[in-house]
Amino acid sequence: MEKPLQADQHTSQRYNAELEELRSSVLTMGGLVEQQCRQALEALVSGDENLARSVAKSDYQVNELELQISAQCTDILARRQPAARDLRMVVAIIRMVSNLERIGDEAAKVGRMAMKLADDRDRQSYYSEPKHLGDGVSAMLQGALDAFARLDVELAISIIARDEEIDREFKTLTRLLMTHMMEQPQRVKNMLRVNSCARALERIGDHAVNLCEEVIYLVEGSDVRHLTLEEVRQRHGS
Amino acid sequence: MDRVERPEAGGATKRPLDIREHVEQADYQTIGAPFVTDPKMTARNVNVYYGDKQAITNVSLDVGRNEVIAMIGPSGCGKSTFLRTLNRMNDIIPICRVSGDITLDGEDIYGAEQDTVLLRARVGMVFQKPNPFPKSIYENVAYGPRIHGLAHNKAEMDEIVEDSLRRASLFNEVKDQLDKPGTGLSGGQQQRLCIARAIAVSPEVILMDEPCSALDPIATARIEELIDELRENYTIAIVTHSMQQAARVSQRTAYFHLGMLIEVGETKQVFTMPRHELTENYITGRFG
Repeated sequence: MEKPLQADQHTSQRYNAELEELRSSVLTMGGLVEQQCRQALEALVSGDENLARSVAKSDYQVNELELQISAQCTDILARRQPAARDLRMVVAIIRMVSNLERIGDEAAKVGRMAMKLADDRDRQSYYSEPKHLGDGVSAMLQGALDAFARLDVELAISIIARDEEIDREFKTLTRLLMTHMMEQPQRVKNMLRVNSCARALERIGDHAVNLCEEVIYLVEGSDVRHLTLEEVRQRHGS
Repeated sequence: MDRVERPEAGGATKRPLDIREHVEQADYQTIGAPFVTDPKMTARNVNVYYGDKQAITNVSLDVGRNEVIAMIGPSGCGKSTFLRTLNRMNDIIPICRVSGDITLDGEDIYGAEQDTVLLRARVGMVFQKPNPFPKSIYENVAYGPRIHGLAHNKAEMDEIVEDSLRRASLFNEVKDQLDKPGTGLSGGQQQRLCIARAIAVSPEVILMDEPCSALDPIATARIEELIDELRENYTIAIVTHSMQQAARVSQRTAYFHLGMLIEVGETKQVFTMPRHELTENYITGRFG
């Protein structure tokens, strides 16, 4: 269920260009954040300290893009007084960029934890436990950005549906880590770090859900935040 | 919102964009909620022709009591023509023919016994260009009450004039120059004088045909503020080219296109989630 934004059909060509620039800035920011998440996960799993450090310090680019996109939105609101789908796009993007920025923060957090875990000379295999969780979350984020790029409500809903599984997986992982902690009390500190990483990844999944909700708002005009998955499905008949 | 049906899901919310199809089918459907539970005026199946040319096709719309309804649409869409049918201003155009039913408080305003002078006292009008009479400010406002015999002596007339000027937010600016010509005021003041003149005869409905298009933003803001205040006592139908103005002052918005009433809905719905593609294209500035 894709719907064109028709952002190229305004009488004002300049307006068309501004909306297109805005959209592509969000996709650039999304791509950057996606890359950060993948690298954070890779650093955690492989114990690559250099990669971990670069991820931990890379969120300044995302922050800059957040400021730039917010300024673009303010500019369009002030000068174009957008209405209907254009208005919804600007409003949705304002909310999306703050979610993307938080995803960037969470990825940087995973990077910082990965640096500390990489220090451990006696590296344990279960430091890479969050790999599966992280892959699921990365796929969600990628899907959310695709849903935005294609204005695809069905895809957005299917991404929202995946969050339950991520939450379950996070809980399972926490239980597993608790068992390890009981077995090896001297490693509790690092295991808490692994748990923090899992927590950060789980939060990224939540932000991906928020992105999808904005896509639904943008396309359909209905605000589905704080609805259950069933309610969202009922409202959008899928 | 309760009168507005939920749009269907799955992209079926917008109707096809074939305008010719609409023009050929006189039984097109207006989308949204053209009818209200407590109408002040009702229009049913209104058609207006200028000679052979049909200017309005099958428009049915209620104007709710104490609401501000905005009518928007591109030039030549029939919004002004429709507004003028509501107090029979089209009667003065010889080639103009109106069919359909229009009522005010349930009474047929096109009935044989209807006195158009009385009708226009109940349904007043403010025009695009301020058009004060070439008389004093006082006389501009006093003219209507005098011909309708609303004041029995000078004191009563003074009161009506002052009250009308106050309600039009003009009194303080002109109280020391009531005997000066109305045409000597600024454009915004002249327009407020015209509004004072319209409300001096205690109308029930005020029709406004682009009342701010000749005014600067500050004068516009004052008129809009005034519309907001007047809504407590009057019903207002306003035609405007400024979509921001429609969005600011009205509770409901009606979108006209090629003489047809395409969509009517609560203003916030029309401006955030219009249901017809033509409405969407117009309010977002897309060419269609």
